[in-house]
Amino acid sequence: MNNETMTYDYTVVRQFAIVTVILGIVGMLIGVLIASQMAWPVLNFDTPWLTFGRLRPLHTNAVIFGFGGSALFATSYYVVQRTCHVRLFAPALAQFTFIGWMLVILLAVLTLPLGITSSKEYAELEWPIDLLITVVWVAYAVVFFGTVAKRRVKHIYVANWFFGAFILTVAMLHIVNSMAIPVSFLKSYSAYAGVQDAMIQWWYGHNAVGFFLTAGFLGIMYYFIPKQAERPVYSYRLSVVHFWALSFTYIWAGPHHLHYTALPDWTQSLGMVFSLILLAPSWGGMINGIMTLSGAWEKLRSDPILKFLIVSVSFYGMSTFEGPMMAIKTVNALSHYTDWTVGHVHSGALGWVAMVSIGSMYFLIPKLFDTEIYSKKMIETHFWVATVGIVLYITSMWISGIMQGLMWRAINNDGTLTYSFVESVQAMHPFYIVRAGGGALFLLGMLIMAYNLTKTIAQGKAAVAAIPEPQAAH
Amino acid sequence: MSDFTSEFWSWFIIAIVGGGIIWLFYLLMGTNKAETEEGVPTGHVWDENLEELNNPLPRWWLWMFYITMIFSIGYLILYPGMGSFKGILGWTEVGEYEAEVAAADEEFGPIFEKFQQTSVAVLATDEAAMKAGERLYVTYCAVCHGSDARGATGFPNLRDNDWLYGGSPEQIEATLLHGRSGVMPGWEAQLGEEGIDQVATYVMSIAGREVDAATAEAGKAKYDMFCVGCHMPGGTGNQALGAPNLTNNIWLYGGSPRAIKETLAKGRNGRMPAHGEFLGKAKVHILTAYVYSLSHKSD
Repeated sequence: MNNETMTYDYTVVRQFAIVTVILGIVGMLIGVLIASQMAWPVLNFDTPWLTFGRLRPLHTNAVIFGFGGSALFATSYYVVQRTCHVRLFAPALAQFTFIGWMLVILLAVLTLPLGITSSKEYAELEWPIDLLITVVWVAYAVVFFGTVAKRRVKHIYVANWFFGAFILTVAMLHIVNSMAIPVSFLKSYSAYAGVQDAMIQWWYGHNAVGFFLTAGFLGIMYYFIPKQAERPVYSYRLSVVHFWALSFTYIWAGPHHLHYTALPDWTQSLGMVFSLILLAPSWGGMINGIMTLSGAWEKLRSDPILKFLIVSVSFYGMSTFEGPMMAIKTVNALSHYTDWTVGHVHSGALGWVAMVSIGSMYFLIPKLFDTEIYSKKMIETHFWVATVGIVLYITSMWISGIMQGLMWRAINNDGTLTYSFVESVQAMHPFYIVRAGGGALFLLGMLIMAYNLTKTIAQGKAAVAAIPEPQAAH
Repeated sequence: MSDFTSEFWSWFIIAIVGGGIIWLFYLLMGTNKAETEEGVPTGHVWDENLEELNNPLPRWWLWMFYITMIFSIGYLILYPGMGSFKGILGWTEVGEYEAEVAAADEEFGPIFEKFQQTSVAVLATDEAAMKAGERLYVTYCAVCHGSDARGATGFPNLRDNDWLYGGSPEQIEATLLHGRSGVMPGWEAQLGEEGIDQVATYVMSIAGREVDAATAEAGKAKYDMFCVGCHMPGGTGNQALGAPNLTNNIWLYGGSPRAIKETLAKGRNGRMPAHGEFLGKAKVHILTAYVYSLSHKSD
């Protein structure tokens, strides 16, 4: 036996963990810039590649695929090794996924500001980059499932179910949605037309939320909460039920993005009812996350990492309640096309995805560098700055969105519209300022994190972790 | 039926939706049935200290799950969803839209019909009609002509009583109902750079601006050859064609020498969309009166 088989492969985990923080800062900085442009349009500096339309897709790509994607790669590579008690399968291929994924992000940074886009939301990258993503993703699947296959424990830990579902489904979504006919090296047209294109797009779009931003991050939650709390997962059977129910139900929910459009009535209805059914499977994850802490609630007071993790699950519960409500057609008639949607997305994106990623990075990075966190107090500060930022963001968008929806539908006693569009834009202005402030606070938290982790890494060294013998079931 | 290319696909949808919901019930009931005690670990251990309890499914959660599924079954009986089955309420999106429009027409139609019987000049002094007109204006017109109706480059000012197609109530109404297409051809090829410069200078001179007389003189000769057909001798314009009056120093596409030269060289295309079909005659009539009132203040 040599080092190769007796230790875990942390190299690729370290790389992805570090870029998680860097890309988080980059993506959120762009977010704060475009949020500020909404309040003060002069901030686009009359420069085409700094305008909202070009930077918005860069923001979403950078935070979802750059920040979120890197967090998923880092944690899944770490968790699958630790819970299978084996070294990563095909480490060279894992290294390729890191280089390939960084290349994808770099190409996004180059092409999107230049206006090179397929114009499909959350899938804007043009076809040569889509091909690269496919290759990287297949390599990722080989590494992940290869590691699961050579595991030294019989049962596959629940976190790996969710990581596995995320990897498989995202592969399917990406390939189907990105089908396109290239007309030149940098331009292609979707293989689908009209309402079918819209439906495929939102089947992809909603399941990017469901499998990339939910299933993947539930995988993170299922490892890092019990680890940090040092408590057993609350209910195995609940995890079984909600895993299968969530995987089956999510795939149907896409049509709720196309209520009251040219999409056939039956498709809209199915999108709505499955979105409603999705409430319970989603909350299964929240219950399992929060109840894992039962018997150890006092840890929440003293452990800022646990605060991040538990608050993230609370935001998850809140936004997965809000989502089904907004999928009800009557509610959607008011909320659709308003800032309410933006607020909803960010309660999931900042509250759930970012908070659980941040919590797991605070757990992970000291372990990867064989040291203790530089400052626990700074984690505490980060937690409060981030939480206040999210609350400002969400509440301002709720008020702004509901106000927008109500202003758009208000009519006078002669049937004419009470407000012109520009009046509704004017009314949103103060809330746009509050939103930009909330986003800036969240970004500030990320900067505190970067400082704290830089200091942590500087005092540590690359960890070499021996693989412990699996414990026999008792 | 047109959503499905054959009955097969309708049954396909019914089978996976129905089968899916039945499977969810089975999954829940099956998992819930197995007896376990609270707080007992499953016995599996990963990564030194990761364990799982096997607590029963929380009852409130289980009931929430059942209720959403029962609601969904009810919804799919009442509304379309199960393939080509229409739902027993016979509801359609188009039907709901048409019913809402019909209800609005019934409620508000008489108000507008009453206005439609009144002449534009009288309506323009009617406070209620002008209030409705202003609201229609800010909804449908302000995007191009501005909230203050003073226009923008390429979009005429509606307050200055200078009219491309005429300012009588009938002409304004025709513009709103049917739209207008303004075409100024580009003369780069015929006039050349020098010619463009000369004609631009002449055009500025007839607008009353101080220019080089010799250049303007040379421009006049070319104007009389190329431009006079639409803009008329002396540049007074022709409302039948929508050719602007060039003598009043009002410039739709900007009055700087550079803007005028660009207009001459490249031409311009102006488009006022037709509003008759989607606003209806009655609302267009009120809008006509409102636009008319902007440059015909009664006081």
